[in-house]
Amino acid sequence: MQVTMTVNGNEVTATIEPRLLLVHFIRDHLLLRGTHWGCDTSNCGTCVLWMDGEPVKSCTVLAAMANGREIRTVEDLERGGVLDPVQQGFIEEHGLQCGFCTPGMMMTARWLLDHNPDPSEEEIREAISGQICRCTGYKNIVSAIRWAAEHPSTTEVNA
Amino acid sequence: MTSTIEAPEANPIGFGRMKRKEDPRFVRGQGNYVDDLQLPGMLYGAVLRSTLPHARIVSIDTSAAEAHPKVKAVITGKTLETLNLAWIPSLSHDVLAVLATDKVRFQGQEVAFVVAEDRYSARDALELIEVEYEPLDPVIDAKQAILPGATVIRDDIAGKTDNHIFDWEAGDKAATDAVFAAAEVVVTQDMLYPRVHPAPMETCGAVADMNKVTGKLTIWCTTQAPHAHRTLYALVAGLPEHQIRVVSPDIGGGFGNKVGIYPGYVCSVVGSILTGKPVKWMEDRSENLMSTSFARDYHMHGEIAATREGKITGLRVRVLADHGAFNNTAQPTKFPAGFFHIFTGSYDLQAAHCAVTGVYTNKAPGGVAYACSFRVTEAVYLVERMVDCLAGELGMDPAELRMKNLLRKEQFPYTCKTGWVYDSGDYPRALELAMEIAGYDELRREQAEKRKRGELMGIGISFFTETVGAGPKKHMDILGLGMADGAEVRVHPTGKAVVRLSVQTQGQGHETTFAQIVAEQLGIPPLDIDVVHGDTDNTPFGLGTYGSRSTPVSGAAVAVAAQRVRDKARIVASAMLEVSPDDLEWEKGRFFVKGDPSASKTIQEIALGAHGTVELPEGVEGHLDADCVYDPPNLTFPFGAYICVVDVDRGTGVVKVRRFIAVDDCGPRINPMIVDGQIHGGLADGVGMALMEVIAFDKEGNCLGGSFMDYLLPTSLECPSWELGMTVTPSPHHPIGVKGIGESATVGSPPAVVNAVLDAIGVRHADMPLTPAQVWRAMQGTPLRTDLAIE
Repeated sequence: MQVTMTVNGNEVTATIEPRLLLVHFIRDHLLLRGTHWGCDTSNCGTCVLWMDGEPVKSCTVLAAMANGREIRTVEDLERGGVLDPVQQGFIEEHGLQCGFCTPGMMMTARWLLDHNPDPSEEEIREAISGQICRCTGYKNIVSAIRWAAEHPSTTEVNA
Repeated sequence: MTSTIEAPEANPIGFGRMKRKEDPRFVRGQGNYVDDLQLPGMLYGAVLRSTLPHARIVSIDTSAAEAHPKVKAVITGKTLETLNLAWIPSLSHDVLAVLATDKVRFQGQEVAFVVAEDRYSARDALELIEVEYEPLDPVIDAKQAILPGATVIRDDIAGKTDNHIFDWEAGDKAATDAVFAAAEVVVTQDMLYPRVHPAPMETCGAVADMNKVTGKLTIWCTTQAPHAHRTLYALVAGLPEHQIRVVSPDIGGGFGNKVGIYPGYVCSVVGSILTGKPVKWMEDRSENLMSTSFARDYHMHGEIAATREGKITGLRVRVLADHGAFNNTAQPTKFPAGFFHIFTGSYDLQAAHCAVTGVYTNKAPGGVAYACSFRVTEAVYLVERMVDCLAGELGMDPAELRMKNLLRKEQFPYTCKTGWVYDSGDYPRALELAMEIAGYDELRREQAEKRKRGELMGIGISFFTETVGAGPKKHMDILGLGMADGAEVRVHPTGKAVVRLSVQTQGQGHETTFAQIVAEQLGIPPLDIDVVHGDTDNTPFGLGTYGSRSTPVSGAAVAVAAQRVRDKARIVASAMLEVSPDDLEWEKGRFFVKGDPSASKTIQEIALGAHGTVELPEGVEGHLDADCVYDPPNLTFPFGAYICVVDVDRGTGVVKVRRFIAVDDCGPRINPMIVDGQIHGGLADGVGMALMEVIAFDKEGNCLGGSFMDYLLPTSLECPSWELGMTVTPSPHHPIGVKGIGESATVGSPPAVVNAVLDAIGVRHADMPLTPAQVWRAMQGTPLRTDLAIE
């Protein structure tokens, strides 16, 4: 079947198997490798990307379901050579170790801050609770997202 | 919330907090994990796995799979037999089936391997393979498996008539028995450290590429030990070692799961040899949880002896160790139970003895295990639970009992009752600090008040001694390979440098930490130092990253190599300044003439000089580089004091970890930010194991922890905001005094959580994981056996 969707601002049309998972379409067909795959069962969240502005777990979304939709992945966080404050926050606060859960965490964090620019620790923990990190124990992820909240523009630190 | 954000600091030239050099690629989604690799013409592999835990294979029909238009090869045990690869040596003097030929021995065991044009077709073809099984009785319970008359799992071993693997003991049995015979108080407790899984977010996988023209085999692989893998491929498969390149690219977490060689790796290699194309294999999450290295599964019977005043005199323990279907424990010690005999912990005892029996069961083989430093986790859990049981028996505060028995600073180096020589420590200070941060007395007051109101609040303590940095050749090797690690430091003409490591990172931040080690020695900024790791073609030999050994062993190699570079730099500087080397003094980053600091050469000037036309003394070669192979004289012994505060819901048994205080001593901290991060992660592991994680089995041998819907991992909601403290006691035998930190928190935290929960509910013991059901049952006086499904 043929699908057309917008991925990070670019329109993409492809012929795919109906059963193809969105995560595999993004990774193997579009070669956007920042979105990861970790569990099959929507539990780990390493595959989180945005579909029509909402974070979804792309391991349990068919590529066919994204037809006509707008997809945003981690590769689109950096704009004009400037890191998103969430990306900078993860660096500043040691919010990542192996980096495997990081793209999904950051996509959720960006969504959170777009909807709640000054979240409390509890609100941050709630927002990322559908995602698993085995390395950081979450504390520094919370700090990273708070850093981003407190530095809404990273132009200076990133210069 | 309170902001903990600090102003960005300048990058230190040496030790200190600095942002990680590896992060810019990760935050952009530009990491390079095994599954990110795409090679021209690459094929995809998939493993057919046994649905049964124990069965004889009657026949395997692969014809329909082979007829699939997109299938390029189907490999079975028979294919591998022709290559003498159906069985390979395990890392614990056993053999391991790559693809089953005679029987399947655990649910999820590898039976066949399909190579196809794409991921989905490979999976489709698995469905087309017909395997006829003759089911056999599954042997799931270790306690039944060891009994005479139990169904024999390993009938592939000639003459095997039972499921026994080994008996091993340590300590002085007679002296221990005498201490117990004379003891005023003896407390006995059975406890299970259940089977858990490392479950890194990235599963295991490989891309194998055999170039038939050059004969070179390249394996990109999720391995924590690329050099060990290469040598083992050479030894086992007979491939020439110089024609094998193992690359460990970015790894999405290891935790011990990625130390061993899995059948999927071997099949990928065979698939590439058969098809002439690169073959990628990535396991799915269920495959990861059901078939790869688990951890623990120790059934322990502990006894502790003491005086009525609370002086601990002896410890005695018997262990039944469930090793699964093959003894594939990937631990390098010469002891079948690893470092378990450090179970005497942090206490001054008169005598101790342990006896461990290993047994086969129809469960997945393993296991290196999950940030455990080779059974230290089990040992620490045992002793820290026993101390709490004793405190309960004596009616003493568990902090007071520990303080009374902790080793004193002046006793180091301390030879424990089972023979380990602890290098250094100030244990009482660490516990005092943890109690101070926690506000221990106030917490106890609060607890007493809450108890009056019927609320369940618990305070749990653990004190641990870790043993890491494997290790001295006397006690350790992997299939005869010693555990010395190489490092090479080279300063380029312009004063930038490269350091090549034998170890690699799965997230620990080696690219930053090891640059800082060189920076500290040479005064070259860390950002000017490239860290090369994880590629056998480009790095010196060494056995890899696990057991918290990178900094203690490879870190020492790097530091010594950098010191050798500095020694050479002194000679070059003396030639440039036309003075004797003895007249020069080192200040980080430059040599200057004693008494005339203005006459100096920076390390960058010296580097250029070393590559230039400066006349060097006779016998001194140009350039500025050095290497080192570091053979550790002893292990290092990090330690710490942990306090956990929990609230338990009386009606539901739900545990909320309110606070967790961790005081760690790992010697000097190269990058405190990274050290804290390592501790945070280990603490989350501990909370997970104590409260949620278990791989249990039903009586038919079905694995009940085969997905993240069943194998529960801690999220941001189960983890508190960790409160850390530190003391610094350098290791006296290490070139820069560092002790390693990777696993301390995983080792130390589970007993603190369990002790807290049991303190809250007033129950002497219940096995992990302390799920709401288990806590509720424990409160009723009927805790569950957590490794088996109940009727």
